[in-house]
Amino acid sequence: MYLRLQRDGDHLDVELTGEWRGANLPAIDAEIAAQSFAGARTFKVSIPESVTLDLAGAWRLREWLKAAEATGASVEFAGPPPGQLELIESTLAGKARPTPPSSSESTFEPVSALGRQVTRRVQGVKVALDFIGRACVAFARACTSWRRLRPASIARHLYETGITAIPIVSLIAFLITLIIAYIAAQQAREYGAEIFVVDIVTVGVLRELGVLLTAIIVAGRSGSAFAAEIGAMKLNEEVDALHAIGVEPHEVLIVPRVIGLTIAMPLLAVIADGIGLTGGALLCKWLLDMPLVLYLERVQDAISPTTFWVGIIKAPFFGLLIALSGTYRGLQVRDSSRELGRLTTVAVVQSIFLVIFANAMFAIAFWQLDI
Amino acid sequence: MRDPLIEVRGLVNRFGRQIVHDGLDMTVYRGEVFGIVGGSGAGKSVLLRSILGLQRPQAGEVHMQGRDLTKLSVAQLKEIKATYGVTFQQGALFSSLTVLQNVQLPMLEHLRLTPRALDELAMLKIRLVGLTDEAARKYPAQLSGGMIKRAALARALALDPALLMLDEPTAGLDPISAAAFDALLMDLREQLGLTVIMITHDLDTIFRTCNRVGVIIDRKMTSDTLANITNNPHPWIQAYFHGERAVRFGQAEGAHGT
Repeated sequence: MYLRLQRDGDHLDVELTGEWRGANLPAIDAEIAAQSFAGARTFKVSIPESVTLDLAGAWRLREWLKAAEATGASVEFAGPPPGQLELIESTLAGKARPTPPSSSESTFEPVSALGRQVTRRVQGVKVALDFIGRACVAFARACTSWRRLRPASIARHLYETGITAIPIVSLIAFLITLIIAYIAAQQAREYGAEIFVVDIVTVGVLRELGVLLTAIIVAGRSGSAFAAEIGAMKLNEEVDALHAIGVEPHEVLIVPRVIGLTIAMPLLAVIADGIGLTGGALLCKWLLDMPLVLYLERVQDAISPTTFWVGIIKAPFFGLLIALSGTYRGLQVRDSSRELGRLTTVAVVQSIFLVIFANAMFAIAFWQLDI
Repeated sequence: MRDPLIEVRGLVNRFGRQIVHDGLDMTVYRGEVFGIVGGSGAGKSVLLRSILGLQRPQAGEVHMQGRDLTKLSVAQLKEIKATYGVTFQQGALFSSLTVLQNVQLPMLEHLRLTPRALDELAMLKIRLVGLTDEAARKYPAQLSGGMIKRAALARALALDPALLMLDEPTAGLDPISAAAFDALLMDLREQLGLTVIMITHDLDTIFRTCNRVGVIIDRKMTSDTLANITNNPHPWIQAYFHGERAVRFGQAEGAHGT
C-alpha cells in the first residue's frame, strides 16, 4: 500500500503511505498501474511525516504527477512540496528532459570496417617495429656499462622465471616422456622392436619436445606475468613516472626481463632434457624390462653429436620471443582493467604461437642443413 | 539527534608490530556530518575500512544501526550495504565501465528497476553531483581528477543511502569545486536527511560542513563538536586548527564577515 485515494467528483485526494524507496519501485509501479485516475481533474497530494521518500521514490512520484498533468489535470501539494522533489526539479532545471544515452550504434558497413581493420593492422606493425627498435637501443645502451645492465634485476627475473619454474617443468617433462614411451611401446611391441622406444623417446625429447614444452610452460607462466606486471604499472601511471624521472622504461622494464628469460630458457630446457632421459630410463626398465646398461648403450647409438644442441640452441630464441611479446603487450595496456586482461591473454597466445612458428622455421632450416 | 547510527567500541588494529588503533571509540549520530582528522598514517583510512568490513580488526566492535557488523550473515550484510554509500580516495571507479554504468551497477545489484527508471535515476544522480550528460558516457580514464571525485559520489548516492562515507572527497579539487562540493553535501543532507562520515584534511570543508569532529591521536579518538574541538588544549589539535594555514582561513572568513 503506497497510495490512499479519496475521490470527490473530479477531485482526487492522494495521500502517500509506506516507504517510497528505490527497493519498492516495482510495487509502487504496480499499484499506480492498478489504479484508475480517469476523470480526475484536480490532484491534491499530501505526504505525511511518517512516509519515507528517497530520491528514487520522489522521481517516481514526479513521473506519475507529470503524466497526470499531461492529461490536463492540475496537481497541488498539501503544504510545501517535499525537499526531495525540489532537489530533483532544481537538478533538472534548465536542462532538456533526461534522455537515456543511446546504446552503441551498430551499422553494417563492410567496406569501411575492412579499411579500418587494415589501417589498424598496419598501425600495429608500425607500433611493434617501434617497440623492437626501442628495445634494441635500450639493450645496446644498457650494454655500455655493468650498472646499466642492472644485474640485480636480471637475477630477480632469472629466479622468478627460471628457478621457480623447475618443479613444473620437470613434472611436465616426465609426464610427456611417459606418454610417448607408452604409445611407442604399444606400437613397437607388435613388431618386436621395443628397443626403438629408446630412440623415439631420446630423439623426441632432446630435439623437440623438451624445449618446446618448456617454452609453452614458460609462455604461460612468465609471458603472462610480464604482461600483467607491466600492464598494472601502466594503469598506475608508474611507467609515466619512470619517464618523468628520466629513466627509460624500456631499459629498466624490458631489458632485464628479456635477458633474464633468454638465460633461463636454455637452463630449463637442459633440466627438461635431463628429466626426460631419466624418466625414459625408468620407464624402459619398468615397462620393457630393459636393463639400464642396455638403455644407456641404445641412447649412445640413437643420438648423434648434434641432437642435444639442435634442441637447446632454440631455447634462447624462444625465451627472447616470449619475453618480447609479454613486455610489448604489457606496455600496450591503457585506461582500463579489461585491457589488462585482454592484453595478458594476447601476450600468452601470441608467444605460444611465435614459439611454435619459430620451431617450425628451425625444423625447416635444420632439414635444409641436413642436421 | 542523539540517535547513534554508528558505534565503534574498543577498536584495535595491528599490522605486524605496528599498532594503528588501540582501543579506539567513535560514535556517529544520525543526521550529523562527522569529520575524521588525523596526521598522515594515523589510521583514518584503516578506521573507515574497519567500519566497511574490509579490514578485520584484532579486537573491538562495530555497530551500525544497532547491529554488530561482525556477527551478521551474508544476506543481512548485503541489506546493510544497500543503506550506505562510500567513496574511496582514488575514486575507485570501475575502469571498464562508463560513468553511467558505474552509477547503475549498485542499482542493478540491489534494486529491480525498469530500464527507463534505471537510466533516468542514474542520470539524476549524475546531474545532482554536477556532471554533464557528456561525462556520463565517458570512461573513468577520460575524466579529470575532480570529475572522478564527482562520479564516485554519484555512485555512492546511487541507492539513496542514509549514510555516506567519504574518504578525502575534496582532496585534489580546486577551491571553487571544493566549495561547490561542500554546498552539494549540505544540500543533500538537508533534503535527504543524510548522515555523513568524512575523512578530510580540508579545513575549509571541516568548518563549512562538519557538526562534530573526531581527531585520531595516539591510536585513540577524541571527538567533540567543532567549536569545542578547536579549543581542545592538545598540542596537535591546536597546531592543526590554529596553525598558519588555519589562521589564514580564519582571517579570510573574517574578511567576508562570517
